[in-house]
Amino acid sequence: MKFSLSWLKDHLDTDASLDEIVAKLNAIGLEVDTVENPAEKLGAFTVAEVLSAEKHPDADKLKVCKVSNGTEEMQIVCGAPNARTGIKVVLGRPGDYVPGLDVTLKKAKIRGVESIGMMCSAKELELGDDHDGIIELPEDAPVGTSYVEYAQLDDPVIDIEITPNRQDCLGVYGIARDLAAAGLGTLKPLAVEKVAGSFESDVKVSIDLPEEAKSACTQFLGRRFKGVKNGPSPQWLQDRLKAIGLRPISKLVDVTNYITHDLGRPLHVYDANKLNGDLQARLANAGETFTALDDKEYTAKGGETVIADASGPQGFGGIIGGLDTGCADDTTDVVLEAALFDPKRTAFTGRDHGLITDARYRFERGVDELFIRDGMEIATRMILDLCGGEVSHVFEAGQDTVWNKTVPFRSERVQTLGGLDLPASESVAILEKLGFKVEGNDPYTVHVPSWRVDVEGEPDIVEEVLRIHGLDNIPSVALPATDHKAGTTLSPRQKRARAVKRRLAGVGMHEAVTWSFMTRAHAALFGGGDETLVVDNPISSELDCMRPSILPNLMQAAQRNRDRGADVVALFEVGPVYENDTEKGQLLVAAGLRAGRNAGRHWAAANRAVDVFDAKRDALAALEAVGAPANLQVFDEAPGYYHPGRSGTLRLGPKNILASFGELHPKVLKALDVDGPVVGFEVYLDRVPTPKNSGAAKGALTVSKLQSVERDFAFLMDRDAKVSDLVRAVQGADKAFIADVGIFDVYEGKGVPEGQKSIAVSVLLEPKEETFTEKDIEAISSKVCAAAEKAVGAVLRG
Amino acid sequence: MQEQISALKEQIAAQISAASDLNALEEVRVSTLGKKGSVSQLMKGLGGMSPEERKEMGPALNGLKNKVAEEIAARKETLEEAALDARLRDERVDVTLPVQEHASGSVHPISQVMDEIAEIFASLGFDVAEGPDVESDFHNFTALNIPEEHPARQDHDTFYLRPDANGDRKVLRTHTSPVQIRTMLSKEPPIRIIAPGRTYRSDSDATHTPMFHQVEGLVIDKDTHLGHLKGTLEAFLKAFFEVDAVTLRLRPSYFPFTEPSMEVDVQCSFDGGTVKIGDGNDWLEILGSGMVNVNVLKACNLDPNEYQGFAFGCGIDRLAMLKYGMNDLRAFFDADLRWLRHYGFRALDLPTLAGGLSR
Repeated sequence: MKFSLSWLKDHLDTDASLDEIVAKLNAIGLEVDTVENPAEKLGAFTVAEVLSAEKHPDADKLKVCKVSNGTEEMQIVCGAPNARTGIKVVLGRPGDYVPGLDVTLKKAKIRGVESIGMMCSAKELELGDDHDGIIELPEDAPVGTSYVEYAQLDDPVIDIEITPNRQDCLGVYGIARDLAAAGLGTLKPLAVEKVAGSFESDVKVSIDLPEEAKSACTQFLGRRFKGVKNGPSPQWLQDRLKAIGLRPISKLVDVTNYITHDLGRPLHVYDANKLNGDLQARLANAGETFTALDDKEYTAKGGETVIADASGPQGFGGIIGGLDTGCADDTTDVVLEAALFDPKRTAFTGRDHGLITDARYRFERGVDELFIRDGMEIATRMILDLCGGEVSHVFEAGQDTVWNKTVPFRSERVQTLGGLDLPASESVAILEKLGFKVEGNDPYTVHVPSWRVDVEGEPDIVEEVLRIHGLDNIPSVALPATDHKAGTTLSPRQKRARAVKRRLAGVGMHEAVTWSFMTRAHAALFGGGDETLVVDNPISSELDCMRPSILPNLMQAAQRNRDRGADVVALFEVGPVYENDTEKGQLLVAAGLRAGRNAGRHWAAANRAVDVFDAKRDALAALEAVGAPANLQVFDEAPGYYHPGRSGTLRLGPKNILASFGELHPKVLKALDVDGPVVGFEVYLDRVPTPKNSGAAKGALTVSKLQSVERDFAFLMDRDAKVSDLVRAVQGADKAFIADVGIFDVYEGKGVPEGQKSIAVSVLLEPKEETFTEKDIEAISSKVCAAAEKAVGAVLRG
Repeated sequence: MQEQISALKEQIAAQISAASDLNALEEVRVSTLGKKGSVSQLMKGLGGMSPEERKEMGPALNGLKNKVAEEIAARKETLEEAALDARLRDERVDVTLPVQEHASGSVHPISQVMDEIAEIFASLGFDVAEGPDVESDFHNFTALNIPEEHPARQDHDTFYLRPDANGDRKVLRTHTSPVQIRTMLSKEPPIRIIAPGRTYRSDSDATHTPMFHQVEGLVIDKDTHLGHLKGTLEAFLKAFFEVDAVTLRLRPSYFPFTEPSMEVDVQCSFDGGTVKIGDGNDWLEILGSGMVNVNVLKACNLDPNEYQGFAFGCGIDRLAMLKYGMNDLRAFFDADLRWLRHYGFRALDLPTLAGGLSR
């Protein structure tokens, strides 16, 4: 909502400075977006006269002008078609900044002729869109005076953001009323003259609405004018409208726009000679069409409020009028409309047809329903004053609104809800200044004025008091201390997310945060892309489906990094993936990915490409961090987006998959245009069972004082047999003494029979009561060999 | 005989000092004190001597033997020292060579800031609540007093999933406020929660991304008022920005789910292009807040005559940008390793009230 300071002062008698006004607007909830004073940027420009204008010797379209500012004469090369001898112009000199061009003028040679300064167009000075020629001032414009002073541009324009509840401030008058209530001056009374009509209108209006849509239009006031003379508005009106960014059109249209912005009362004017019969407010039938004032044709879906004549709809009520019945410069007969349209239907119609207009903006927020007659009288007076002619009596349909809205108000609520200790008398005084009538004793009955459609209940009343008294006056109070048990702020799930992030960062991976959505084609490769998870109105087709996995995003992120030259990439993310659109379908996953080399090239380290075991190690680190049991089973089956021979899952029992890991499938790499090798893992944090809470104590530690013994075995076994089976068998060979089993070498090739592999196992034996004898160790070794053979057919290597 | 011993002594002494390494010295030892060594041979001769001779020669020969042994030992120590010196000289490496550093990753600033916020609110008695990203219209809008015709529901702002068989569309939550509803529906007051999480709006420029992060705050009790809201926000912002004091400016505003509603600005300075929170001549809009709207309480089956409270919402990414100096929100979601290394946090930089929030 834009307005100029002088416009505000039409309604507000105040000595307050601009800064004070801006500060107060902010304080009472009318947030100031910008304050711009055209005078500030145009202060250097002066009124000048063109003494002569001759054709440029080397350019057909340029003229060489002699220009005087009263004290100096200068030569200016100018391309404007209207540059000619004798006209008064706006002059900028070298050193002056031209805002519309964003340049500072300097002496120049144009096609070989010196040019000192510039004669400006309206667009160049950001005073309008006109760039057909330079500004021509009236003949009596005094040469040498400041242009800002001459054109009275020293009038700051304030742009405020009006929150959706404050329709009452969508007119300058309402803003003045709020400022006056806040003590920044006196509201000037609005002059409303009842204009007597001199004839009966030949046009009538009816409201024909079905019972369930009675609220669509509850009142329609019309007035018929004849013998008016339309044409451009007077300069003051044009200046006002231009100052707030509106384009002056003609007197009749400008009057409706002016009153919309001045008083928040939307109006419409029809050319009476173009109307076919009487006006009717009704609901549109599906398929009805009309061309609106924006030159676009609209086809009704059915149910919109339209104002129609005998030939059909002539506009969406409260939104936009029709082109066919609009006023033009030659209009002499006019119908003025002031009506009431309901917010909901206006909002839906505007939304359905993509129409945003000043009228819709006000009706969908709710206008002052009691102001309709005054608005009509003010507009009538203004049309007669500007255009002459005669006006009819008011013709109308519908009823005056009966406004009787009251809210009970306990003055102590200013303290108990608002935190401000204020005497009841002060609260009442504030409400009265805002136009509320306060009756009775505490609890009071507060009568809400008709322009405050937003005020519904006691909290609204408290807000009014606080707002005008000043929110800064509310003292800060600490919340009372509560009995809050340490460690309960985060849920177990949140603690897991926290722990796994710190752990993965600790093993050298970098945490990324990527979009929750991705392109549907990629989602499908990772088991997603379900219809229920497609975004209906995505910001781009790249982001049109909720992700089934974090890996595709990380893969693409990895590739971006590799394209920038990184050859070691280790990324992870802890965030949601979506199995379906229910609450339970959103899973918390820790996913990580390594691409390229396992580490930077280094003189002291073997350098290799990342492999599946890197991913498995990362997955185990993540699981360990969230307290997953250590005895997980490794399955060599994994989702299809992994390499089938280099991937696996970690499970708790056969069904509960806690994690998957592996090298990404070459087909998936190709589809995502990502270079291999890439390995990744996904840990499903929600599937890890919550450990039983057995208190903080860890239990006693028992350690043997006896020497432990390490024995090594080299087994030959089938290439396809699983080492995990071997390890489990060895662990179980003698549970009393075998404390740990490790694999320290895996070998295939020369010396090992075809189809077999050699596995070197180290077994740690811990004695219980006395030190092992050679015989004890031999006995355990035999059990180990027997178990290994039984489980996987492993035999000791000779 | 005595002369012979003296001569031998001199001769052996010369051999010992001539031995240039431990092997040569060992040869000297064997040739003198060894079984067939010169000194041992002389010692053997003692057996064939008369008692008088033996009495004279015994000590002399023993003296010789001891003297030789001493000299060899001394020489051995010298040679061993030299050998060690030589070995150490040999073992010298260039310690200026770069080592392979322990891998160090990073935690994203959004995670870090969420941890910081949780830490601060833990001290004020809050719990951290959560809700799903894919929300029902009821939780995201209706229960929050945002009616069907409200502009926030328009397509240009809200992401919708495809309509189901009944024509109902799930939304990607546009704010973390639906967690207020979920909390009030599932928990009896008193309530003190914060709800950080992902939020979505169809918007994209340097300060807007289609996905971003918010933190919601909600306090419901019997006599919680606006003064408590102000006190809580002051305590939070002071702790978060790690300054001695903050000055807040509350401006009346409008949110459908609060009444009264206000936007909160914090005093700051923009000297030298960086924001400094705490003092200065400028104001920075930092969050929206208010007293929970009566209609919202009713939608959550709470009696507005018994319960009231406040709510606030704040952009986590924005808090991170203000505190840590990033200027482009889009980079948060780009996973550029250079950015992550620069703006990320070390694994052990866990924010605590005792140890400080930032490093």
